[in-house]
Amino acid sequence: MNEPLQTSGSLRRRLMLQLVGSAAFLATLLFFVVLGFARDVAQQTHDSILLASATSIMDSVSVQADEITVDIPYAALSMLGNVSNDRVFYRVSTRDDVLTGYENLPTTSQSVRSGHSAFDTLTYKGDSIRMVTSLRRLSLNSAPADIIISVAQTREGQAAQLAQLSRSAMQLGLGFFLVATILAIWAAQSSIRPLKQLTEAVSRRGPKDLRPVQRPVPSEMIPLVSSLNRFIGRLRVSLTRSEDFIAEAAHRVRTPLATVRTQAEITLRRVDRAENRASLREMIRAIDESSRAAGQLLDHAMVTFRIDSLERKAIDLTELGRELVDRLQPIAELKDIDLHFFGSGNPKITGDAILIQNAVRNILDNAIKYSPNESAIQVSTRQNGNTARIQVEDEAGGFVGMDTDALTQRFTRGENAAGTIGSGLGLTIAREVVEAHGGVLIIETSKTGTGACVSLCFPLH
Amino acid sequence: MRFLLVEDNISLATAVLDRLRMDGHVIDHAANIAAAEDFSATADYDLILLDIMLPDGDGRAFLRAHRNRLVETPVIVLTARSEVSDRVGMLDLGADDYITKPFDFSELEARCRAVLRRHGGDSSNQKRFGDLIFNPLAGTLSVGDKTITLRNKELRLLEIFLSGPDRIYSKPKLVDRLFSYDEDVSENAIEVYVGRLRKHLSGSGVEITTVRGLGYRMSLA
Repeated sequence: MNEPLQTSGSLRRRLMLQLVGSAAFLATLLFFVVLGFARDVAQQTHDSILLASATSIMDSVSVQADEITVDIPYAALSMLGNVSNDRVFYRVSTRDDVLTGYENLPTTSQSVRSGHSAFDTLTYKGDSIRMVTSLRRLSLNSAPADIIISVAQTREGQAAQLAQLSRSAMQLGLGFFLVATILAIWAAQSSIRPLKQLTEAVSRRGPKDLRPVQRPVPSEMIPLVSSLNRFIGRLRVSLTRSEDFIAEAAHRVRTPLATVRTQAEITLRRVDRAENRASLREMIRAIDESSRAAGQLLDHAMVTFRIDSLERKAIDLTELGRELVDRLQPIAELKDIDLHFFGSGNPKITGDAILIQNAVRNILDNAIKYSPNESAIQVSTRQNGNTARIQVEDEAGGFVGMDTDALTQRFTRGENAAGTIGSGLGLTIAREVVEAHGGVLIIETSKTGTGACVSLCFPLH
Repeated sequence: MRFLLVEDNISLATAVLDRLRMDGHVIDHAANIAAAEDFSATADYDLILLDIMLPDGDGRAFLRAHRNRLVETPVIVLTARSEVSDRVGMLDLGADDYITKPFDFSELEARCRAVLRRHGGDSSNQKRFGDLIFNPLAGTLSVGDKTITLRNKELRLLEIFLSGPDRIYSKPKLVDRLFSYDEDVSENAIEVYVGRLRKHLSGSGVEITTVRGLGYRMSLA
């Protein structure tokens, strides 16, 4: 019944993993978007300064006396120096000649039209450079002549700036991820909470509580809870039905048995012939045997059922023993057995009073049944350290040569049991009850040596 | 004693009536709760024997109503149920005791006696025979100013003899009534109890004589 269920992952973990996974994905995306955006902005800024520089050089190109002159303005190069300390290269050329600047500066692969510019990222002397190329068509000696101006700058400063930016973007992404993770844990906890509360409410129930669950639950859980309630309902109906069935069955079997037994007793009073009387006695014994066996089988079933869902209440062992002795006194009297009770203190134990009463009753029933006429039975309770003990001591000969284990097997009876009605379940029931309460059943020879001493020891409350 | 038996099973009821009348008890029978209520309203009973499963309702309802009317008559419940589930509930509802079907009449008698004793008994139940006064509830026997308490088997033996003075009771019949059916006792065991009873009766003018080959008879000397 209490086998561990197989788990197919944890809902909370799954929810958390999904939320944290999404957060990680979003954080990465955020990192790249921010980085890309920053890079673009840096590039554009750099490009426009390069362009401004190229334009201002272009402005200083003039044709004087059919000669192209270039007077590179200081500002054109110094404005680049404002951005970073990167090296600046430039070249002013026509289609055929380099007029001034670095001759081996690479040329753009793009075709540039007059009045336009092109941007390239190239490698020059082992460094990555950004270069703008502007073209302007002049009229030289009445012929068109293209002036090409390239301005380039290494990108170390930009790279450092980008590294700085990407660190910031990384921090931003990580921060986002952390906040999102905390929120994910909180969200997972809080969406699981109603489930936990429902579980607690159901497991806190007493073993006999079969009312439907009525606490408000989130709408997603309504189907689960209503299935649970239908299930509880079916269980209640089927339990009631089987209890009614057992009661009805017992009633139907035992009432005719009672009729037969009574009639047999009446007939026994009326007949004189020895053989008839012997048969009638046999009949009565058989009835007693079957009804006792049926009773104990039912008891055993009830005991097993109750043990499965053990009630835990405080029980005063002395009070329980005294009540039981009062109840069985009339039966003991029939055999002139002195049934005494000695309760010392009020040892309290925890458990199911009906079960414990049944266990002690079985022991006491046995004792009365097997005791000779005019003997004595003593029931006593006492507290011994952490143990509460109730014991039944008789003068019925004891269980000679049999140990507790053998005696408490189902349907095993003591050696002197022949000729006495019994089913052999009494000690089994008693032992099962005691052990379900964390105690032990001890069967010994009584102090006087004339009988058995059966003790039920329970841990104290 | 005067009993009311509330039991819907007619054959069981008939058998119980026969059996209790055999011992000289007066007993009425009600087959359902309605009849039981009529009977208990019109007559005084020493004891009510109540079945639980009845055609017109649960015997427990009768029990509750009975207790609410503050009637003192003790009730012994006849139950067919399991020992574990039901018994405690019966006592909570005000039953004085319960007995599981099928029951031994000696046990039923013993329970009745115990219940009546708890209810304070009744000295009108005292029986006089010759110079002896016998109180079956208290289990006492008085001869002159000397009162003794009888043991259970002595008491039941005396009751049997007193229920039919001058009648002869055979040893086997006395064994049937004094010992339970699962005890294997020889008929001679009776001699021990007759012997003890004779001792208690000495000086009372009542004697138990042995009728050779037939049994025992109690009569006034």
